[in-house]
Amino acid sequence: MTTLNTLQAMSSAYSVDPSTSVELAVAPSRRSFLKVSAATGGGLVASFALPSFFGSAHAADAPKPAAGPVPAEAAVGHASAKATSEATGFSPNGFIRIDRAGLVTFVMHKAEMGQGTFTSMPMLLAEELEVDVDKVKLEQAPPDGKLYSDPLLGGQVTGGSTSVRGAYVPLRTAGATVRLMLVSAAAKTWAVDESTCSAANGVVTHTPTGRKLNYGQLVDRAATLPVPTNVKLKDAKDFKLIGKAHHRLDTTGKINGTAQFGIDVQMKDLKVASVAASPVFGGKLATTNDAKALAVKGVRQIVKIDNAVAVVGDHMWAAKQGLAALAPTWTEGSNANYSSAELNKQMAAASMVAGAVARNDGNAVATVAASANKIEAIYELPLLAHATMEPMNITIDLKKDSCQIWCGTQVPTFAQGVASQLSGLPLDKVQVHNQLIGGGFGRRLEVDTVVQAVTFAKQIDGPVKFVWSREEDIQHDMFRPYYYDRLSAALDANGQPTAWTHRITGSSIMARFAPAAVVNGVDSDAVEGAKDLPYTIPNVHVDYVRHEPQGIATAFWRGVGPTHNIFVVESFIDELAAKAGKDPVQYRADLLGKSPREKAVLQLAASKAGWGQPMKAIEGRRVGRGVSVQFAFGTYMSQVVEASVDKDGEVFVHRVVCAVDCGQVINPDTVEAQIQGGIMFGISAALWGEITLDKGRVVQSNFHDYRMLRMNEAPVVEVHIVRSTESPGGLGEPGTSALAPALANAVFAATGKRVRKLPIGSSLRSA
Amino acid sequence: MISLTINGKPHQLDVTEDMPLLWAVRDVVGLTGTKFGCGMALCGACTVHVNGQPTRSCITPVSQVVGKNITTIEAIDQNAVGKRIQAAWRELDVVQCGYCQSGQIMSATALLTSNAKPSDADIDAAMSGNICRCGTYPRIKAAIRHAAGIPIVAVKGA
Repeated sequence: MTTLNTLQAMSSAYSVDPSTSVELAVAPSRRSFLKVSAATGGGLVASFALPSFFGSAHAADAPKPAAGPVPAEAAVGHASAKATSEATGFSPNGFIRIDRAGLVTFVMHKAEMGQGTFTSMPMLLAEELEVDVDKVKLEQAPPDGKLYSDPLLGGQVTGGSTSVRGAYVPLRTAGATVRLMLVSAAAKTWAVDESTCSAANGVVTHTPTGRKLNYGQLVDRAATLPVPTNVKLKDAKDFKLIGKAHHRLDTTGKINGTAQFGIDVQMKDLKVASVAASPVFGGKLATTNDAKALAVKGVRQIVKIDNAVAVVGDHMWAAKQGLAALAPTWTEGSNANYSSAELNKQMAAASMVAGAVARNDGNAVATVAASANKIEAIYELPLLAHATMEPMNITIDLKKDSCQIWCGTQVPTFAQGVASQLSGLPLDKVQVHNQLIGGGFGRRLEVDTVVQAVTFAKQIDGPVKFVWSREEDIQHDMFRPYYYDRLSAALDANGQPTAWTHRITGSSIMARFAPAAVVNGVDSDAVEGAKDLPYTIPNVHVDYVRHEPQGIATAFWRGVGPTHNIFVVESFIDELAAKAGKDPVQYRADLLGKSPREKAVLQLAASKAGWGQPMKAIEGRRVGRGVSVQFAFGTYMSQVVEASVDKDGEVFVHRVVCAVDCGQVINPDTVEAQIQGGIMFGISAALWGEITLDKGRVVQSNFHDYRMLRMNEAPVVEVHIVRSTESPGGLGEPGTSALAPALANAVFAATGKRVRKLPIGSSLRSA
Repeated sequence: MISLTINGKPHQLDVTEDMPLLWAVRDVVGLTGTKFGCGMALCGACTVHVNGQPTRSCITPVSQVVGKNITTIEAIDQNAVGKRIQAAWRELDVVQCGYCQSGQIMSATALLTSNAKPSDADIDAAMSGNICRCGTYPRIKAAIRHAAGIPIVAVKGA
């Protein structure tokens, strides 16, 4: 099992030598990287392994399930570990099929949730295979099925901004290998030397005579040829597709209503269920008014489990009306008095004790203690819900001897694993049909809905679609952890930091999701972006205290560790600059001597934003610019935010200038879109995002009290991309993690008020 | 029985009068392009046209739309403005996850139908009821301008 950090190491390994990375990417040996065989019914199938979120080919390193009883939400890790340890030998998870008509189908294990994977992946393949990218057909890989024997269970994860980073070398290598085999088949057909043939646009041409054969005419012969090794990939200067803007390949269905998300699944005799779980975490179902619910037109059944109830009806309206009539009551249990104030108090207390050490350079604690010029701060980040536009849903047809599931998931094998475990059916009797995802952001890395639905479905005959209301979706999310961070620093006579300490107190997602990623008590995700400071400071101490909120499940949220830590680090360094009386950009630049790519994006963003020039005044508002710089998800990024604040503390973001160095760009249009979107997502959270608790319940319920950025509040975003042929970095998340500190620093520049507690809106109101 | 005209076709539905149009369209008629997002008219994902007016179907009982022309995303290409909007969405690669885009396109089509050359403020006013969690707002705005034949500024940077 590799961790998120190891994954970055893996991705940087790709830049060294493609053959090295291929070996890293697959087990047990390089020879088995790619297999080509004849397809049933004619044509060719190439199967190969794409590394994933966990570097899944390393099956032997898979986490072992914890001893003792496994709570429902931990079943994920358990099932995944079990399945992964069963995977042995060559375990392909990427497939290319070319049929006799020349149609290229790519079957892959990554989900599309808006990030553009269904466009970038075909681009990588088509670049080396030499086919028309618009004609590459995509299929979602099922987590099992006879065609995909020995799947990489536990590895089919879309998350952590990893798709392009993982696929960049293996997918191009697969495309190039198959192309060489097609060229070889043509050369043999014509009895000419391969070097006199070339491939382009799905056709092999014999250059001296102009003879042509299309791929479809060559597949049967190519499938019988030996697979070449040590295939050379194109130089970046020869790229036809990579690095050039290409239209998304998934637009049509998304603009005419035909795209099918999980919530859109339809089938004969499908019923719809509306769900209510105990509003108090850990509570149990007490009473229901069944007769009243069953009297609602279209209500068919009431199903009860320990901590939730569902009303099954002919359609959502019947189910919703039925649930309202059912009026469930709850035995609230031990969390009935839990509140945000209590959570805050517990976190503050937990943070007083030294944690597991993530980094210790020199003697930071003593240096700060002895310093005459020191600064201390406490930062707090709230629980956050994901609020994907598509509310959580799952369709399930559970029979005695089979289970079929339809949903949009970032983890199809986890879904399969928990369904197998809870239903008692073997893995190969559980099919997961993945759908387009109407927003993931980490929420669909979790399978709590699968656990709930399978448990309900044991009492239901026939297929049923469980649809959570928005209220259920927000109040029973698995939340971004609440974090409580203590920092201190010592400055020398010139204002330069001589020591930096950072103690992170918060929930450990990895302890539940991937226990092997917690080493010596340090959760690699919880400290990411904190322990790997880009700044040169001689004494640095970073430690981590795990503290779980009472009864509340926490989960990854767009930007994961860095979204928390970059906010804290980039805010605190801004505090240091202010204490030193230095310009925030210059102060950072002076400390980035050993981080040239960070320094370059910082200076590019500052220059493009007109840093140092006065902002235009706005009547009745105070204006300011703030900056952030980060390395996260394999990508270097800096943002400059221009914001204004009115007398009531209402913040408006006018403009965000972003400079990004993500190595080799695949599709610059997607780079821009992901950064724009990541920034918008970051603004909602930074300004207003906050899940609070009262009487053991989540207070917020829908978009009126869990506020989202709207078009009239959206800033102009400018994205400046640094040209590079370094290995690609991830882009799904950096835009979000860089935004909050730049915005909070802009608020400081405008108002002089340092925001140490998110969301900004609440901090300014309470000031 | 409730009689509805959806995308020009008559439908007889055995549903109660208070059923929101959203669920009639999705779960009974089977047109799933119209999306459920909040159930409280807060997000706009469920936007359809009723006699050409953008309408949040999640809070509109079917009894209110009997005898009216209901248009959903599936038929928006029958409308010249709708077709133009879709083309602009394609041209500027607006979509990301795509879940909210049916509603965005319905709102945008209604806007350009009533206001052929909207200002940015007009666009904000017409579109601020539609939430997009992927944050496609800059491109939505650009695409509306593009469809209206207004030059696009400062959006396609890179």
